[in-house]
Amino acid sequence: MTKMSPTKVVIYVVCILLAVLSIMPFWIMFVNSTRSTVEIQGGISLLPSSHFMSNLSILLNKGFNPMVGFVNSFAIAAGATLCGVYFSSLTAYALVAYHFKARQAFFTFIMCVLMIPAQVSAIGFYQFMYQLHWVNSIWPLILPSIAAPAMVFFMRQYLLSTLSIEMVEAARIDGSGEFATFNRIILPLMAPAIATQAIFAFVGSWNSLFTPMILLTSKDRYTMPIMVNLLRGDIYRTEFGSIYLGLAMTSLPLFVVYFLLSRYIIAGVALGGVKE
Amino acid sequence: MRHKSVSYAKYGYIFLVPFVAAFLFFSLYPIIYTLVISMSDLKGVGTASFSILANPFQNFINIAKNELFQKSLATTGIIWILNFIPQMALALLLTAWFTNERLRVRGQGAFKVLLYMPNIITSGTIAVLFYSLFSYPIGPVNSLVTMLGLTDRPYEFLRDASVARGLIAFIQFWMWYGNTMIVLIAGVLGISPAIFDAAAIDGANSLKTFLYVTLPSLRQIMLYTLITSLIGGLQMFDIPKLFTNGGPDNATQTASVYIFNQAFTGSYQYNRAAAASMLMFVITAIFSGALFYLMRDKDAQKAKKQRKLLEKAAALNGGAQA
Repeated sequence: MTKMSPTKVVIYVVCILLAVLSIMPFWIMFVNSTRSTVEIQGGISLLPSSHFMSNLSILLNKGFNPMVGFVNSFAIAAGATLCGVYFSSLTAYALVAYHFKARQAFFTFIMCVLMIPAQVSAIGFYQFMYQLHWVNSIWPLILPSIAAPAMVFFMRQYLLSTLSIEMVEAARIDGSGEFATFNRIILPLMAPAIATQAIFAFVGSWNSLFTPMILLTSKDRYTMPIMVNLLRGDIYRTEFGSIYLGLAMTSLPLFVVYFLLSRYIIAGVALGGVKE
Repeated sequence: MRHKSVSYAKYGYIFLVPFVAAFLFFSLYPIIYTLVISMSDLKGVGTASFSILANPFQNFINIAKNELFQKSLATTGIIWILNFIPQMALALLLTAWFTNERLRVRGQGAFKVLLYMPNIITSGTIAVLFYSLFSYPIGPVNSLVTMLGLTDRPYEFLRDASVARGLIAFIQFWMWYGNTMIVLIAGVLGISPAIFDAAAIDGANSLKTFLYVTLPSLRQIMLYTLITSLIGGLQMFDIPKLFTNGGPDNATQTASVYIFNQAFTGSYQYNRAAAASMLMFVITAIFSGALFYLMRDKDAQKAKKQRKLLEKAAALNGGAQA
């Protein structure tokens, strides 16, 4: 092996330390989920122990039901993702394929509402949903993603570089209606952009805490991030192993998704920054 | 053969209907409703009826004078700064290393995957995980510091206001520097290689190339990151809510946590929380406006530069002809 320059040694040492810093908290979480309270009180270990089953039974016996959180989070995230990618594609297609008077104005409008955070309208949103009897319903967490300005912006950029209007015209000559053309020709064309946006929409919805925490007050409606809060409470005070096991369960689906799709996710993040 | 010209413009409008409907229903109306509530006497759990106050701005005056709200804004700002400066510095350093042609750092793909990883995990989970790691008197971090002999007895990290703030800033930094790094690297890869070749021919070393070629080219992306981070930081909720729940002594109560706690805990003061949200809306709008201005400025500046160049060329041409 050729000798490495001192600069490069420093670089690798720093990068490896940062990688360890990324992994270590999660490593301790997974290891501690298999250790007993006594073992955890005894100090740090990097190797798993054998108390997984007892931790699990304590966790489940005190009202933490990860299946409920998983099903609720999945239903909301899947619904929000489907609504988001479908209607954002449709909106972007309208902005790219049709020449209508308000087109530029509408695009400017989308750019203006891009940055409005959920927090600023939360009080009115909650009161409105309360009057509609939609508190503890999953719909107010799914349907708002029909209007996802950032996704429309991304889809529009993608269509501008891939859509040829000749394709649309050819479909028209074949007698295809406008809506059918979008569903049968344009949507498949947008598959790569839809896949990228779907990952981020799903993860974003799965992880969101603020709006679900306001709307979902009934325990059987809790999503994963709200359930996490139960682990901080008094019921698990000294059951450290069970707390870590609960945390591990809430994050395991994300680790699986991340390691399967990391290539696309990293590429998607890179794309996000250079979009302007 | 020519088809009879058909106007398809109406489909443009038809296809926008779902977006507009969802926006009006779930965004615009709730914002206006929040504004109305901010001028009303609405409070108490389960109440929905309210009346507008004699002085519609009374809640705004109260909230602006409220020490807790002022403190929450200051807290948000402090935590954001403590997170953003090291985040940008480390991301820039890693970008300089990873994009340096001469160094050829290996394993970049794996490093990117690992350094970005904390960003994808639920921040709620991360908050409670760190809460457990820093727990007192027994917890992994306390075991570590006593094992290393840094202290002889366990330290109650989350009872110390500045430590708690620092830890939240650290968690935010730890979750986001990988993201910023990937964005900056993509930015460097977008710079025309010709500029780097020119710098190499001029004999610029790695440091000079980074300082005088790469950094100026990244200005736009760094500004974009700065402002999106600022707007994101203003909404900081998950970590302070689940890590310290605003404590100790409200030292980590950010503006969003304040709004949540005012509206959905204690005496359910929806009107106050709504007024605070509206102030936050104004601040966000100012930052967004700044982002717009800076991004549009780019094109305008380019056009201006081009025009100047053309004028110069014209003048030179004129000179040559004369």
